[in-house]
Amino acid sequence: MATEVNGDAAAEGTGLVFHPMDQFIVKPLFGGDVVAWYTVTNVTLWMGITVLAIFALLVLGTSKRAVIPSRTQSVGELAYGFIYKMIEDVAGKDGIKYFPYIMTLFMFIVFSNFLGLLPMAFTTTSHIAVTGGLAVAVFLSVTVIGFYKHGFGFLNIFWIAQAPLILRPILALIEVISYFVRPLSHSIRLAGNMMAGHAVIKVFAAFAAVLAISPFSIIAITAMYALEVLVAFIQAYVFAILTCVYLKDALHPHH
Amino acid sequence: MTTETEEALGEGLADVIGVAAHQPTESVSLPQIDFSSFPNQIFWLVITLVAIFFILSRVALPRIAAVLAERQGIITNDIAAAQDLKQKAVEAEEAYEKALLDARADANRIVAEAKAEIQAELDVAIAKADAEIAAKAAEGEKAIAVIRESAMDSVKDVAKDAAKEIVAVLGGKADAKAVTAAVTARMKG
Repeated sequence: MATEVNGDAAAEGTGLVFHPMDQFIVKPLFGGDVVAWYTVTNVTLWMGITVLAIFALLVLGTSKRAVIPSRTQSVGELAYGFIYKMIEDVAGKDGIKYFPYIMTLFMFIVFSNFLGLLPMAFTTTSHIAVTGGLAVAVFLSVTVIGFYKHGFGFLNIFWIAQAPLILRPILALIEVISYFVRPLSHSIRLAGNMMAGHAVIKVFAAFAAVLAISPFSIIAITAMYALEVLVAFIQAYVFAILTCVYLKDALHPHH
Repeated sequence: MTTETEEALGEGLADVIGVAAHQPTESVSLPQIDFSSFPNQIFWLVITLVAIFFILSRVALPRIAAVLAERQGIITNDIAAAQDLKQKAVEAEEAYEKALLDARADANRIVAEAKAEIQAELDVAIAKADAEIAAKAAEGEKAIAVIRESAMDSVKDVAKDAAKEIVAVLGGKADAKAVTAAVTARMKG
């Protein structure tokens, strides 16, 4: 019997049950199959929910402007202080100017990640289109800021003055490559983490349909979920802090 | 039969996880690299980011900054006020200590004054008493002298009488004048 069930599951695994990636499909919300650039899709829905959640936390939560904060307000203040201090520590005092931008990035990513962990949710940050958009925006802004502030002096970040002269061209080549790989790693790190975690949970969920292994499957889902909660925050943090590091390079290109 | 049940279960599960059960195989590939959805995602991403940015930069961040600044101000003020009160407390303590010292000094002075006054009064009283005692003593001495005088006279009388009697007993006739002279002479000697 058990063998039969397993055999069936395996047979179905190839056909029906294992669709761990289907959760990532972009679908129009109101019927139709065509996803045009303006179509209202599940992406729209979950990004809208993200905006509402951020609004609830940072605007409604702080509406009392209490000196002794409520719980929601202190969470909002915590997020504010967290990013503010991160920019100050990593990018320096002159990075504070870009605080609203980095705060926007961080809040969007952290809320998308956490909302994506809700059952039936669509994780917008699991798509390289989204994370790539963010990363390219960061890359372009940082490059523009660098050239705007320092002109061609910005190219100093590729020319490491402390290194022996012979090594400098080689290092410069490496630095240039690493600079242009930044948006790639920046975006794929986030999307990959999100996608992998959700896909793995979905795979375990598929196994839960098989009676014999469903307890293990459920335990595995729980463990993965706990890990994903951690990852959801850490990836948002990593994205924000890397943005700060890139910003620091743009503001202070002399190592 | 079993296969049918499993199939139904699979379909049910697929429904639950939001997946159309019978999908063409080509869409099973990674939705992330389905470039046809990119414009849509990027369009909504831009709108979302702009919305979040305006919510944050126009409302949320200035408000939180104001709250934090206000709290910081209140804390600073409170600390300053506490410092003030502490300073005042220290001053009050110092004033108290000073008052205590003054009071102690005053008390000592008053005690010394009182002592001196009492001493003076005492001295006066002692002197007076001494004088009185001396006067009384002088009076007593005088009285004693008078008594001694009268006693001497009595002794003279007794001696005269005794001499007359002795002379009479011896058979002589006592001459009063001679006896008195003799007694007086003896008594001087």
